[in-house]
Amino acid sequence: MLILRCPYCGIDADETELTPGGEAHITRAGPGSSDAEFEAYLFLRENPKGVHFERWRHSYGCGKWFHAARCTATNEVFGTYSAQVTAPPKELCQKISGKRPGWLSRWLS
Amino acid sequence: MSGRLPTGGRLIDRRLPVEFTFNGKRMEGLEGDTLASALMANGQRLVGRSFKYHRPRGVVASGAEEPNALLTTGHGRREEPNQRATTTELFAGLEARSQNHWPSLEFDIGALNARLSRFLTAGFYYKMFMWPRAFWKHVYEPVIRQSAGLGPAPNARDADIYEHSYATVDVLVIGGGVAGLIAAQSAAAAGARVMLIEQTAAWGGRAMVDGAVIEGQGAEPWVEATTEALAARENVDLRPRTMGAGVYDHGYVLAYERLCDHDPQDGAPRHRLWKIRARQIVTATGAIERPLAFAGNDLPGVMLASAIRDYVVNWGVHAGARTVIVTNNDDAYRTALTLLDAGLDVPAILDARDEVTGALPDEARARGIRVEAGAGIAKVKGAAKVEGVAVCRQGGDGTVTEEIACDAVAMSGGWSPVVHLWSHPGGKLVWNADHALFAPDPDAAPKGADGQPFVIPAGAAAGPGDAGFTTTHALASGAEAGAEAARRTGHKAKAVKPPMADDPAEGPLTPVWVMPQGATPEARGKMWLDFQNDVKVSDVEQAAREGYQSVEHTKRYTTLGMATDQGKLSNINGLAILADSLGEPIPEVGTTTFRPPYTPISMGAIGGEARGALFQPVRRTPVHDWHEANGAHWEPVGHWRRPYTFLREGESVEQAVQREVRNTREAVGLLDASTLGKILVRGPDAGAFLDMMYTNMMSTLPPGRCRYGLMCSENGFLIDDGVVARIDEESWLCHTTTGGADRIHAHMEEWLQTEWWDMKVFTANITEQYAQFAVVGPEARNLLEDIGGMDLSAEALPFMHWAEGQIGGFDTRVFRISFSGELSYEIAVPAGQGRAFWDRLLSVGKPYGIMPYGTEALHIMRAEKGFIMIGDETDGTVIPQDLGLNWAISKKKADFLGKRAQERTHMADPGRWQLVGLRTLNGSVLEDGAYAIGEGRNANGQQSVEGRVTSTYFSPTLGRGIAMGLVREGPNRMGEILQFTRIGAAPVEARIVSPVFYDPDGERQNG
Repeated sequence: MLILRCPYCGIDADETELTPGGEAHITRAGPGSSDAEFEAYLFLRENPKGVHFERWRHSYGCGKWFHAARCTATNEVFGTYSAQVTAPPKELCQKISGKRPGWLSRWLS
Repeated sequence: MSGRLPTGGRLIDRRLPVEFTFNGKRMEGLEGDTLASALMANGQRLVGRSFKYHRPRGVVASGAEEPNALLTTGHGRREEPNQRATTTELFAGLEARSQNHWPSLEFDIGALNARLSRFLTAGFYYKMFMWPRAFWKHVYEPVIRQSAGLGPAPNARDADIYEHSYATVDVLVIGGGVAGLIAAQSAAAAGARVMLIEQTAAWGGRAMVDGAVIEGQGAEPWVEATTEALAARENVDLRPRTMGAGVYDHGYVLAYERLCDHDPQDGAPRHRLWKIRARQIVTATGAIERPLAFAGNDLPGVMLASAIRDYVVNWGVHAGARTVIVTNNDDAYRTALTLLDAGLDVPAILDARDEVTGALPDEARARGIRVEAGAGIAKVKGAAKVEGVAVCRQGGDGTVTEEIACDAVAMSGGWSPVVHLWSHPGGKLVWNADHALFAPDPDAAPKGADGQPFVIPAGAAAGPGDAGFTTTHALASGAEAGAEAARRTGHKAKAVKPPMADDPAEGPLTPVWVMPQGATPEARGKMWLDFQNDVKVSDVEQAAREGYQSVEHTKRYTTLGMATDQGKLSNINGLAILADSLGEPIPEVGTTTFRPPYTPISMGAIGGEARGALFQPVRRTPVHDWHEANGAHWEPVGHWRRPYTFLREGESVEQAVQREVRNTREAVGLLDASTLGKILVRGPDAGAFLDMMYTNMMSTLPPGRCRYGLMCSENGFLIDDGVVARIDEESWLCHTTTGGADRIHAHMEEWLQTEWWDMKVFTANITEQYAQFAVVGPEARNLLEDIGGMDLSAEALPFMHWAEGQIGGFDTRVFRISFSGELSYEIAVPAGQGRAFWDRLLSVGKPYGIMPYGTEALHIMRAEKGFIMIGDETDGTVIPQDLGLNWAISKKKADFLGKRAQERTHMADPGRWQLVGLRTLNGSVLEDGAYAIGEGRNANGQQSVEGRVTSTYFSPTLGRGIAMGLVREGPNRMGEILQFTRIGAAPVEARIVSPVFYDPDGERQNG
């Protein structure tokens, strides 16, 4: 039963108010994409034990989608942020690196 | 034989007798008794039969860990199986019955299972139930399955009420022993908001029974003063009879409060389930004593040493007049001294340790008790109760050195901290070799959202201190845990100064997992580990021999620890035996996973208030009451209830449906369509957005017009359909299916917020703002013109147009759309005017023969027209192209949700199953879901199929069965005859035809 802070309404929302939406920052592949690109978009997901970026919706609150950076092993929440970005904020990645030395991610480069 | 002692019993009131029954026999206990202590006071030792072998069983423990004394209590609407007698508080009129025996507790035929024990060893579920096949029917099901089990589930509706409650606190302390009390004191003194819960009715835990000395006297005055001081504080909530059931992520806790179990009364909730958010949790949950594994350790009269002492001190009852004590540690000597103080005999203490030192053994010796070092029990004598013990050397093979007559055995294998709640949210354990136990690893606490620990163990639950499980350690660690919890929640806290305690110096324990060490295989087959599930030392050893190495696998193979007690007594002993058999150290083998709840909680508490009408509140349209008063035969649709049909006196459901269809086709029908989803999409980019949402082009739809639209998932599959009306330059009104409104609204919001957030669009789900009725049939226009108002002529409002205006003084929005194939007006009015408008339609429509119709008539009429229904023709694997809906898929749009997916080779395969009409040659109705039989067999050797029925009805209009179905390359096979399966009958022949059975040119709806 997680608690995540909704970045829109500022509420520390109980998990019962939230709907999970899977991995964040997936790039949509539409008409014209190759079969491999489309497969990656529609089906292939990371499943890390550790830091993960995921989508949540404050369904029984303000109704807004947002993103959360969470450790799947310890449930530590590094931060939540707007869903209207294509990559996690730089400061958040630096904060995670500070807490998890050696942490590797496609978002660090 | 009475088991009540003439004096003693700190929890009972000897002036207040309490009557109860056991297996119909009247008995008397005292106020303050548990059911277990009352049964012992009445000399009732035999309280049940074991799960598998139906062995006679008595009470073993005194608390939540009890594996044997599971009874059914109450009757009728208050019957409750599997209640632990040790945690059931006695009340006047309590009825208790023993379980799992036939025909009676004393004489049990199922005890035959014990003779079959060589067939019922580890893994018998997997091995024996395999062969021969005929045995399933004649032996396994009727005999073995019937005779293994606990109390039967009651079948009457529960008479009691239950509730949920919520709390948010800084510090939750679980456990009201001395460690928990002082932890709460420390945290509360710092100003933290504290909740302290205790599973029993009494505060102080084991301190009073174990003779703790605080500030030079017994623990009772300190416990009372501390409890009173806590109760007086505004920032502390004290809750006895409340068990910490589970600790979850980010400090979420479920607690189970038993409000009325000890005093049943109508009106008050029986149980309360607390949902607590705690920023910090102190687990002061104590420790549980371990049994020892010797032959015959499951006979009634063999009990935990601590439990025997609990019964004497707390309730003034004894398990026997002559008690032999068998131990590997000093603590059991407390039991010997307690028994002596109560005037009972202790003929010997058999101590498995070769060297017995320490203050307590010295005191026992000084008081004349015979202490036998290096000794153990070879075998308990007796058939249904303890008659004596055969003594042997612990280090030997079980050769009997002497026999001692006794009627009770007190066993102690050491103590295990209750680490369950620490472990639930991921706290790790560390092996303590000196005391042979797993304790919380302080460096691996469960972590919260901030990455910091949120659980602090205290007292015995934290493991022993430097001098063992002492009162000094409990007080010091509790005080510090409470202060640390307060500090972590932002309070300036210093641990309260613990009061002085005096503890006797205890000698070290020697781990003993099998008694004696070199016991024969036969003896090992009589040493119980898990009393409730009948798992013995030999079963775990056998599992190891058969290759089981993981403790989790061994648990499932042997069923060790899988009973309702969840292995509270058996787990450590079991894994020690497994480790020994595998030749590995215990910490390498590890423990099984601890899962909530700590002890079983009632289904009623889980459900809380959500029962009956509150289980799932019904959504009601503005004319729900009219339906109810006029014969509605209800059908659940989403969270709504819709009339399936309106029954008239003397009619069957089928007759009513056919009447409604005929009347709508011949005169005029009325449908409450208010449940259909209505989503308003507005904004400068609304058209572009809807072009992505729907397969059709919606941006080009002119204001005043309607268009039937299809929505697909990004995977290409059809997820919803409905009519879209363009309201004005920037607004579209999207109709969805009844069940789809919330889901489709969420779907739109997801894409708007997370993919196309640059689009300027708002959406609003306005489903419940309007009542919407369909006036359907050849007389529809005449009726509406009689009411009078806006121009509804074919010229002013053609098919697939909509208009706003007044009808009979009501503000309406009228859509010329049809799901029946008839002349049809769907009219929306503000919800508050819905009932009045409905009544007007009915009264003015009377001369035209107006009749309301339900969902089944709607279904039949749409099927006669070949219109698809989401959920019938679709099932999450169907694309619009399968349903002949290519005309509704834009070829001009570069992109829409599902477009790329529908280009995949499998989706474009001409061999897909596609929509057709099906007409049986004999006019009968095909079975729903029937398969079209193909040629030959498939890869699995099953009959090949090449299609299936998706909708099938008797058509009153055509007087025969009609159906729609998906058939391989169906549209190219018109006229072909297929065989369709029937359950329990020969297949039936049907011809592939057009799915449009009625008015194929649409002359009626367009008129």
